[in-house]
Amino acid sequence: MLNFFLLIVIYAGIYALMALGQNMITGYVGILSLCQAGFFAVGSYVTAILTVNFGWSFWATVPVAILLSAFLGVLIGLPTLRLKGDYLAIATLGFAEILRTVINNWDSLTNGPNGISRIPKAVIFGYTIKSKYAYIALIWVFVFIVWALFERIAKSRMGRALEAVREDEIAASSMGINVTKYKVWAFALGAAAAGLAGCLQALYIGSVMPGTYVFMVSIMALCMVVLGGMGNFAAVILGAFIIQFISYFPQMVGLSNIIPAQARQILFGLILVLMMIYRPQGILGRSKRKYKTTTGKEASK
Amino acid sequence: MSSIAEFFQHLVNGLTLGGIYALIALGYTMVYGILKFINFAHGDILMVGAYLGLFIFNFLRGNSAMGAWWFAAFIIAMLASMCICALLGMTIEKLAYKPLRKATRLAPLLSAIGVSFMLSNGAAWAWGTQSRKLDYPFDNTPINILGISIAPHQILILAVATIMMVILTLFVSKSRMGKAMRATSLDQSTAKLMGINSDQIISLTFGIGSALAACGGMLIALDIKVYATMGTMVGLKAFVAAVVGGIGNIGGAMLGGLMLGLLETFGIALLGIPTSYKDAIAFAVLIIVLLVKPEGIMGKVEREKV
Amino acid sequence: MSSLLETKSLTRAFGGVVAVNSVDFNVEKGLITGLIGPNGAGKTTLFNNITGLDVPSSGKVYYEGKDITGYPAHKICRLGIARTFQNIRLFKDLSVIDNVMIGLHFKNGKGSRLGLAIKSFIGLKGEQTVMYKRAMKWLDFFGMSHLADEPAGSLPYGYQRELEIARALATEPKLLFLDEPAAGMNPQETESLMETIRRIRDLGVTVVLIEHDMKLVMNICDNITVLNYGQKIAQGSASDIQKDPNVIEAYLGKDDEDDDDDDFDEDRE
Repeated sequence: MLNFFLLIVIYAGIYALMALGQNMITGYVGILSLCQAGFFAVGSYVTAILTVNFGWSFWATVPVAILLSAFLGVLIGLPTLRLKGDYLAIATLGFAEILRTVINNWDSLTNGPNGISRIPKAVIFGYTIKSKYAYIALIWVFVFIVWALFERIAKSRMGRALEAVREDEIAASSMGINVTKYKVWAFALGAAAAGLAGCLQALYIGSVMPGTYVFMVSIMALCMVVLGGMGNFAAVILGAFIIQFISYFPQMVGLSNIIPAQARQILFGLILVLMMIYRPQGILGRSKRKYKTTTGKEASK
Repeated sequence: MSSIAEFFQHLVNGLTLGGIYALIALGYTMVYGILKFINFAHGDILMVGAYLGLFIFNFLRGNSAMGAWWFAAFIIAMLASMCICALLGMTIEKLAYKPLRKATRLAPLLSAIGVSFMLSNGAAWAWGTQSRKLDYPFDNTPINILGISIAPHQILILAVATIMMVILTLFVSKSRMGKAMRATSLDQSTAKLMGINSDQIISLTFGIGSALAACGGMLIALDIKVYATMGTMVGLKAFVAAVVGGIGNIGGAMLGGLMLGLLETFGIALLGIPTSYKDAIAFAVLIIVLLVKPEGIMGKVEREKV
Repeated sequence: MSSLLETKSLTRAFGGVVAVNSVDFNVEKGLITGLIGPNGAGKTTLFNNITGLDVPSSGKVYYEGKDITGYPAHKICRLGIARTFQNIRLFKDLSVIDNVMIGLHFKNGKGSRLGLAIKSFIGLKGEQTVMYKRAMKWLDFFGMSHLADEPAGSLPYGYQRELEIARALATEPKLLFLDEPAAGMNPQETESLMETIRRIRDLGVTVVLIEHDMKLVMNICDNITVLNYGQKIAQGSASDIQKDPNVIEAYLGKDDEDDDDDDFDEDRE
């Protein structure tokens, strides 16, 4: 039981990173990207290849993974961000599929369908990260850093500009906002967060395989955002916990033989539909900007 | 084999594949034409259609020996699967999309992704994850015509796809309901004022689109294979076909489907693209079209009113 | 005479339809310029071509003597040209104050872009206070500071129109384009709008407005340009325009159109 609890905390952390990125893209700019699984894979493979084939330490691979994911995000973003919502969703999904095809077929680099195993453990100040508790600490430190960073960006003028783009692109551009630039930025940030999640996933599991980075991963990240509340980072983390809890519930209560693996995926689908119909703002709803200067007097008038 | 015969060989293969894409692309394009919404679950309806057709066919043919009855069983199975999928499509529309007509653009799309996920995983649950194939309803020894070898199932696919497209074209251009459909896609509010029941038309559009998808699914079952997650990739490609032709345009979807089928076949045969990257061709095409001519070959430019 | 903005034989064709046909339109500094014409005359299209939301088929746009033809909208805004929209385009889910603060988006002083971004990131609170105060000033200008925290989409119609103007003013434009600011307003609201437009002019902002309300146009515009079927048919003071036979034939001769809100989409092909 405790073991499952720890697993949930670990995976909630890894997926929370992906979902934080998804929230930047979908919650703030209103772009439906279905590519998080692709960037997740990029991060994982960067860590796997650099540590196993080139003997790098885990820590050195993290910035490479983040930058490469962000770069790919920009590369994918530039042609697709001109598209309207629905087109963009499909184009990004297409990119994720292409990435997976490439990983599956580029044997010399990725070892194809067999993947790469025996990824070395991370060592920090002479201490090897091995136990579940150590992983929880490591993963959640990253989650809190990214959360704080994204929260800050969202509250700053950039966040306001992103929201303006979401609300009305034409009006935003007429207010001096370079719409394309901000969309690409959001996309790059979202991709970078997913890439970081990928590093941690590779480190924790100790191996990477193309079968891990399927469409379902993107859907889970999306579900976390939709369930928690679009445009609210804290809510997204809550969403990550709920989704991971649902994922592990059958195993936790020992019903995994009775409840097939597909049941939880059907449930994720149902969550998307029901949330859209009955509570599109999510459990917690969008976070509102508050200004210190707005106190009693003006507000109560 | 002469190079001309080889060319025609690829042409036949490409048209067969393209005919299937075209049938499925029609569903995307018709729904988009009216609701300006991409039905993400369309590919999964196709998958359900393929399974249902396969089951009905196997049930009907029983233990009888191959013969005319097998072929009749195939046709009956196809029509039955089309009817059931039409109902399925209409039900999905009513439950998952209709409540979201007035919501933000993102809402129905997310809901559709949810439906798609439910259908493909539901199918994997109910029918397992191994792939199946439809037995040929006739002797499938390739026939040699002028040096081109054509398998009878390819002839059947081309025939069914052509018949379906002709029927759809006649329906849309000649029938009362078809005209109402076109009117609704041009201007929903005006069509409403003219006494057209737009809810009914939308429902009908989903029904027809889903029936065509089921038909396409059945043809895929004949040509390739059936598995629970087939809808994603086939659906994506058909969507690409719809975009290439000009989304919202029925003729464009047919043209786009055929073009994509030909591009995939010739891309592998003539350009030497490795087979494992076959699926990437469609997306490369999509990106290029969206960058160069985003409205597609036959689509019209949409401008946002300022 | 100093022209702040000029178009030279500006033409915009949509397929076969020429929405704006070789129009020379000029705006003099410090005045209120009116742009009138029957529905479908090409007024909004002309606005869109000047403000970068649309690109002319041919012809030029000069602003302070500089050729700005084909500049993207955000660049044009940064040069000091702001606008409002015929069919109100507020950021509806954001609060009133946030709407105005978006107008202040690029008003963050001088220096390198990255440096400013980092400064804004670190000094968030300080910067926010400054922006907040500046935005509040504009809300005060319209007497709506008590609504600062309301979602923009929940405001009554008249306030929404004013908020859109406030948002445009926050970009501190030299030139402000108003697309049918009085549409949907009752006579009292229109009256107060006229007063507001004069106050905006007194701030040193040059105002150009499209309007169907002839009373408003004739009252406050120093200079009026008339479009019909995409062509400029007259230009001059209110009294000149009222006497112009072309205008009378094309426009004023017809029935009173003041309350004709049912605009045809000028951009439809």
